[in-house]
Amino acid sequence: MKRAENYVTLEFLSRSSNESFARIAASGFAAQLDPTLDELGDIKTAVSEAVTNAIVHAYPEKLGKVVMKMKILDNNELEISVRDWGCGIENIEQAREPLFTTGGGERSGMGFTIMESFMDRLYIKSVPGKGTMVTMRKRIAMRLNGKR
Amino acid sequence: MKIAAISNDRCLTVQLKGELDHHSAKGLMSRLEQEIEIALPLKMILDFKDVTFMDSSGIAVVIRMRQRMRELGGCLVLQKVNAQPRKVFEAAGISRLVEIE
Repeated sequence: MKRAENYVTLEFLSRSSNESFARIAASGFAAQLDPTLDELGDIKTAVSEAVTNAIVHAYPEKLGKVVMKMKILDNNELEISVRDWGCGIENIEQAREPLFTTGGGERSGMGFTIMESFMDRLYIKSVPGKGTMVTMRKRIAMRLNGKR
Repeated sequence: MKIAAISNDRCLTVQLKGELDHHSAKGLMSRLEQEIEIALPLKMILDFKDVTFMDSSGIAVVIRMRQRMRELGGCLVLQKVNAQPRKVFEAAGISRLVEIE
């Protein structure tokens, strides 16, 4: 477990209107690492995918609790985890495959692929019937002549 | 998400404005399908100039519209795609399926 230099914990209901809230919160927290616009876009996109998964897949028939934790680790690294207590994922390997979805024609099946390619690391822990926790890390490069 | 549609000579241009995520995608998909029903175009242009954010929900929208246009014997073109949505399309290899101007 890496020591956190700073952290924030957010708890919200799995309503789709909270997707944009989660993205804005993540970009606001990440701002203290002085990311580029591209890096900020990557973080917002990955958070949107993780939170949407919790909303669409974890709680398909009801509303439930989603907890998003954001940490700044040493070495200028951002860690974001999104946890739910929903239905869980039966087969994580399959869920990570590009284009695999259980969401029908409204979903593209690209969520985990995007989280994986837009962040440096992606860890998925899931127990069917108990819930899922997705943890992502991204190191924000120090600017050469920037003050911190 | 707001849309503005203009149809001219069986070319339907739809300007999208706002953030395209799962929350907005469902309504957007049905409104775009309505516009196609009305215009029955041979070419559909989705203008992404004012799309300020897009996640993978946008990929599903584009794939659905491509399918609808193919059923009509037409094509779909995406234009003025900003850096952030462009990166999402690239991650999904959408440029192999749809022309991105």
